[in-house]
This record gives sequence, C-alpha cells and structure tokens, in this order.
Amino acid sequence: MSLFTSTVGRKIIMAITGQLMVLFVIVHLLGNSSIFIGPNGINAYAEHLHSLGPLVWVFRLIMLVLVSLHGWFGIQLTLENKAAATTTYAVNRKLKASFAGENMIWTGLIVLAFIVYHLLHFTARVTPDIVAGTDAAGRYDVYTMVVSSFQHGAIALIYIVAMIALLLHLFHGIQSFFQTMGWNSERSQCRITTGGRVVAAILGLGYIAIPVSILIGILNK
Amino acid sequence: MSEHKTMTLTLNVWRQKGPNAPGKFETYTAKGITEHHSFLEMIDVVNEDLIKAGKDPIVFDHDCREGICGMCSQVINGVPHGGQERTTVCQLHMRKFKDGDTIYIEPWRAAAFPILKDLIVDRSAYDTITQAGGYTSCHTGGVPDGNALLVPKGVADYAMDAAECIGCGACAAGCPNSSAMLFTSAKVAQLAVLPQGQAEAKKRVTSMVDAMQECGFGNCSNHYECQAVCPKGINVKFIAKLNREYLKAQF
Repeated sequence: MSLFTSTVGRKIIMAITGQLMVLFVIVHLLGNSSIFIGPNGINAYAEHLHSLGPLVWVFRLIMLVLVSLHGWFGIQLTLENKAAATTTYAVNRKLKASFAGENMIWTGLIVLAFIVYHLLHFTARVTPDIVAGTDAAGRYDVYTMVVSSFQHGAIALIYIVAMIALLLHLFHGIQSFFQTMGWNSERSQCRITTGGRVVAAILGLGYIAIPVSILIGILNK
Repeated sequence: MSEHKTMTLTLNVWRQKGPNAPGKFETYTAKGITEHHSFLEMIDVVNEDLIKAGKDPIVFDHDCREGICGMCSQVINGVPHGGQERTTVCQLHMRKFKDGDTIYIEPWRAAAFPILKDLIVDRSAYDTITQAGGYTSCHTGGVPDGNALLVPKGVADYAMDAAECIGCGACAAGCPNSSAMLFTSAKVAQLAVLPQGQAEAKKRVTSMVDAMQECGFGNCSNHYECQAVCPKGINVKFIAKLNREYLKAQF
C-alpha cells in the first residue's frame, strides 16, 4: 500500500493518528479536571474507568498503535527531510515557518518521553513518590496520590514542561491535520490555523493548571 | 545618470567551480549602483568589473528579466528571490536596498537541486516531476468548438491561478524540508479541476507524488514558507487539493 510508503500517504497516516490522539487529549483533560471537584470527583472517575475491564486494554492497545505509527513515521519523515535539505543557508530567514512547526520532532520526542514517564508514574505507579491508599469510600485514592506527587516541585515541573511541549506540538499540528487531509479551503485555512492554536492553548494550559494549582496550594490534601 | 545618487554595497556571493568542487563565499564591492538597477543588473555591473580585472564573472541563471520565465534563482539574505512579495530576483530593484548594505547571495540549496556552478543549480528534477504526469494525453485534431467543452468561470480561474507557477524552484529552496509540494500541487490541481485533466487525475497524482519523492525532495510539513517566497503567490490551497486528490486515488 502506497499509504505506508509514499510521502503524502505517510503524512495522511500521521494526520489521522495525530488527530485521534488529540481527541484522547481532550477526553483525558475533561477526566482529569474532575480533580477540581475533589477526592470524590477524580476517585469516582478513576474507579468508573477501571470498572470497564477488558475495554481498558482494548483502548490501551489502540493508543499504543496510534503512538507507534505517529512516532515511527514522524521520525522517518524528519530524517528524510534532513537528507533532502543537506546544505543549509549561511543566512537563514524564514518569512512564515514558525518555531512550533520547525520543532515538531523535538516537541514530539519530549511528549513521547513524557508518556513513558507518565505511565510509569501514575499507571504502573513504580516511582518512589507514589502515595498509594484508599479513600473513605474504599476506592483507590487517586486524589491524594496526584496531590502528594505534584507537591514535589521537580515532578510538577516535568509535567509543566511536557505540557508546554504538547501545546507547541498541537499549535502546529491541529491546522496541519486539516491541510494534510485537504479538509480546508483558502477561506477557512486562516481560521482553522487560529482555531487550532486556540484549542492547543486551551488544552496545554488546562493540563498545566493541575500541577500549578497543587503547587500554589489551591488543591491540597 | 549623473543626477542619481549611487550606492556602494558589499556582496557575499557563493562561488563554486563545479558540482563536486567545494564552494565558498567571496566578497565583492558593487559600486555605482542606482536605485533603478534591478538586482541582476547590479550583478551585471559587478561582473563587468570582474571581467575588466581578468577574473571569472559570477555565474547566475537569467532569461526574460520580466519576471515570467522562472530562470533567476538566487537566495538573497536568506530568502529565495529576496523576500519582496510576488517578485522574482530580476524584478527586485536596488531601491529596496540602502547605501552600505551587506548582501548575501546564495544558490537554491536542496539535495534535489545540485549546484552546477556558482549560483546556478540543476532544476531538471522539476521536469522529471512534470514528465511523470503534468500533462493530458489526448488526441489532437481540429480546434474544438468554443462551447463543446464547458468550463465554469470559477474553475477556469482556479486552474489559471495554479498555472501561474513558473517552475522557478523557490518553493523547494525556501522549504525547511526542501519539499517540492507547492510546485507539484500546482500542476496536479490545475489539471484535476479541468475536464481535459480529470480522466487521468488518479494516475497523475500518484505518479507525480512518487516522482517528487524519487527526485529526493523532502516531505511537506505544512510550514507554508513556499507560498511566502513564491514569486507568483501560488497558494497552499493547491497542496490541500493535491492531498484530497491523493486520498481519492487510493480508492
């Protein structure tokens, strides 16, 4: 299939997988914001998710496929681009290309490394800062675990930096999806770019709000 | 001419003897330049001096000097064609520069555009892409009746906007990925909307995209630098059109 080998085909796969992950990022933020309701909010949400049983694993498998395809083709295409642009200009002035657009590979790799850490941290719970326990209703106490972790400045900082990388990645990525799928026009392109950047900012800042709220004590044990 | 103020400029020009020779910047002083000189005429003046001094003149591509042939190809201070909107190097005038300016002049840089000499690159990769499908195969014969094949005005305008491409190579030269998507998409889009081109639309888009890849151009990552440097203002909406056509061709 030329979709997996051609320049445009691989970009289409990257666009689709990227956009599905953006949908996940939206849902994950909505779920996470239940932490602002308090222990009853996020602990009930987590328990509900885990009660889905095998569905959780189907979902995890799908996410693994999405991340792998997006990451694999992202690295492959970037290496090809570096090979196609072997010599650089002595003076390099860009009229339109943005910082976010030119650093997709780096923000992408930061987010990838973060995903590994995040899974070890709050899913596998193997890092030393984890406070595991149950709340008064007998549910796993996600709220206390998250709050105690983010009270460590360094851990909160890792999350904040990773979410800035995610923000930058989506800053370019959302409009890029519409262009690669051809789901835009001359008239809508500008609005889609602005809209994509607004969505990226809302998502990035939304995630950052959680460690920041804990650091400054809005959320505490 | 004596009433004109003249400018003296410092030029850092890429000099390279041949495709495999190592290149380097040489510094020249351009004297007696008026605001009415075009950029190429300014280099002509420098070359006159070089020839009189018995040195090799700076080799550069040019032809019509009217902004329509697509031959001139220089990266001026980091921007293909110098950064004036919808302007080729030959139509860039020295009134855009100030006395005492230092100007860097480089050839297009892309693996698919090997340097032949100084500022001249081999752009036959664009011909290879066009040969892969940038045409319509049809029987020639008498001129068809004017109303035999109806093309709505909006469609004709769209095709004409895409056909404005002069194939100069600035899109790939300006692209951070050295991608030729704007050029390729202009050809694909122009023919895909016209009745004459629709018969071969699927085959065209896949062949041209494959040819582009085989020529060693990079992958488009939607920076839109190409549109900003294009002397004809070819719009990136044609790249979106190519992507749509490519998706359609999969089924």
